[in-house]
Amino acid sequence: MNHPERMLLSGNEAVALAAYQAGVALGVGYPGTPSTEILENFARLGGHAQWSPNEKVALEVGLGASFGGAATLVTMKHVGVNVAADPLFTAAYIGASGPLVLVSADDPGMASSQNEQDNRRFAVAAAIPMLEPGDSQEAYDYTLAGLRLSAEYKLPVMLRMTTRVCHSKTVVRPTPPTEKPAAPHYVKDIPGRVMIPAYARPAHRRLRDKLTKLEKSQFARDLLTTYGPQDAKLCIITSGISAVHCREAAPEARILKIGLTHPLPMEAIEEFIDANDFTDLRVIEEGDPYLEELLRANYIAVEGKPEMYRFGEFNVGRVRRILDKDRSPEPPPTPGKPPELCKGCPHRTVFQTLRDRGCIVAGDIGCYTLGVLSPFEAIDTCVCMGASIGVGLGLRHVLPEDQARKVVSVIGDSTFVHSGLTGIAEMVYNPPPTGHLLLILDNGTTAMTGQQEHPGTGRTLDHQPTGKIVFEKVLEAMGVEQVHVVDPWGDTEKFEQLVDSCLASGKLSVIIARRPCILAVGKIKEYERLAQATACTTCGDGGEG
Amino acid sequence: MSQPVVNVVLAGLGGQGVIKASDILVEAAFGAGFDVKKAEVHGMSQRGGSVASDVRFGQEILSPMVPPGTADFVVVLSEDQVELARTHLKPGGTLLTPALVDPQTLPHPRSLNIVLLGILSAALPQIPRNCWIEALHANLKEKVHAINEQAFDLGIALAGDHQVAPPA
Repeated sequence: MNHPERMLLSGNEAVALAAYQAGVALGVGYPGTPSTEILENFARLGGHAQWSPNEKVALEVGLGASFGGAATLVTMKHVGVNVAADPLFTAAYIGASGPLVLVSADDPGMASSQNEQDNRRFAVAAAIPMLEPGDSQEAYDYTLAGLRLSAEYKLPVMLRMTTRVCHSKTVVRPTPPTEKPAAPHYVKDIPGRVMIPAYARPAHRRLRDKLTKLEKSQFARDLLTTYGPQDAKLCIITSGISAVHCREAAPEARILKIGLTHPLPMEAIEEFIDANDFTDLRVIEEGDPYLEELLRANYIAVEGKPEMYRFGEFNVGRVRRILDKDRSPEPPPTPGKPPELCKGCPHRTVFQTLRDRGCIVAGDIGCYTLGVLSPFEAIDTCVCMGASIGVGLGLRHVLPEDQARKVVSVIGDSTFVHSGLTGIAEMVYNPPPTGHLLLILDNGTTAMTGQQEHPGTGRTLDHQPTGKIVFEKVLEAMGVEQVHVVDPWGDTEKFEQLVDSCLASGKLSVIIARRPCILAVGKIKEYERLAQATACTTCGDGGEG
Repeated sequence: MSQPVVNVVLAGLGGQGVIKASDILVEAAFGAGFDVKKAEVHGMSQRGGSVASDVRFGQEILSPMVPPGTADFVVVLSEDQVELARTHLKPGGTLLTPALVDPQTLPHPRSLNIVLLGILSAALPQIPRNCWIEALHANLKEKVHAINEQAFDLGIALAGDHQVAPPA
């Protein structure tokens, strides 16, 4: 293979390239900004990539692949790791057979997320190693390093990216590994992989031993990078993208950038500090005071940031303010034009209808969350993927009847597959006295993250036909009393009538408001046309499609 | 430093081609051999809301984001975003807005982004023309190459009319 010497890649593209060149056999994940483009690019390069219905399933599929000996990449956004946390914590005990890298794409500043949780905490809680790249070159290098680490220590490894690392384009010089991973092959290991208490107790001890060994390893030391003058008095300890902000904001400082941020190579950090003559030791990190707390717990007297800088992402200006101990109020960001539902978006008539009826709307995660903004203001709650159903049911159970009858849950098609089915089980099992109404806004795509496929579209990540979950059949089979399908844009009157009759009925009802996303409709038609053409060719009709 | 860092902020509304323009600019600078970085926020803000993309190039680029108030050039695709985007500009920096282009002369209604890049290119002689053209081709479908080259050249001509030139 000929690899160009110098490439311009986003962090996500760099992860995909490294994974592909390292022979990753399977990439799995669920779309989520800012992680989505990793698997799309991995597939484009020729890798085998799949969208799972949610992050938990993605990690479980990834674990299976790893248990089978394959090199595996699992991708998700930060809140996706919450969904995948159940397998993650025990996966650490079992460990990896084939190398497994889990990408957690965090979103400090919440460019497109409901919170700015700092997933470095997950690495500690789940006891897995974590690498933090700061640009596309490091995203490439650390993906390779993560796969090597995982192979050597037999542990899943978390690669923690942040929005700017994922989406910024920077120069990469790829160094493809020459060694390819061994072919997948099952090796039986019952005590190693069956986490009954008798086997899990020693597994936990093995895990802690691995982490102790890693903390003191040359591997961890090699991921420490220093910048700036040798005789500096100011020392900045940092990780991830903050390092480049620091180098620009404080060229006078000696900077220690930590690549492996769990477990922290504490001895090596202490040696570095002792070998120099610093008078000012500072930690610069976005989000939680993670490094600060760990270093201080180890008697390293670093100074962190004032609480006001816990919020939002860093830039050169904010880093300079922290170094200057500037606690004066920051100038508020200049408000831009807020986003809005597209002209011609089928969700528009849905939110008009709910607004006009004064409904109490338990909302969910997706484009349709924009129904909260003017002129609709027709969403009352938004928590996490799938929460619309449970939250709506909870409201129905406790509110006085006149209010309870106005409660509606609203969920998108991709979100419904992700986390809505268990909500339906709850609804059928514990029906509120006033019944309930769920609207599935089925626009035929995961629109929010850039039109990805999901099990409800019947097409794979690369838009090829596959098995399809038909919502109305599933809902009927699960015992929902009334299931309707309607085009809320093409037949608004019928949609409104259905909402009214379902709300009045006191029964358990689901209305599937089905009309393709205005941005995706052209592509969906093209995929369907291609699928039909292929089907005709394979069945021997010789049709042109 | 022989080559100071050049900071460009491109701004507009989601769907106008801000990201496409910044992809072309950063690739042209990359093709000219510079260290480059580009940063922007994707996601929900794309849907009709304000969008901005930062492009930096020079000998060595550290942060991918243009520090506040230090842009040498601010390129704005939507008149109603000019005041907002202007805040990125450094004192004495160059502001390029849709007002520089007569919409009647656009080779295609959606080619304003490329015309403005053409104007910008006149102020960036360190990026040779062939790098711009290669970047245009790499980022646009083949059937629109010719019309976008026209748009780019219109920008270069307008730069002369408006006396947009390299900083002294």
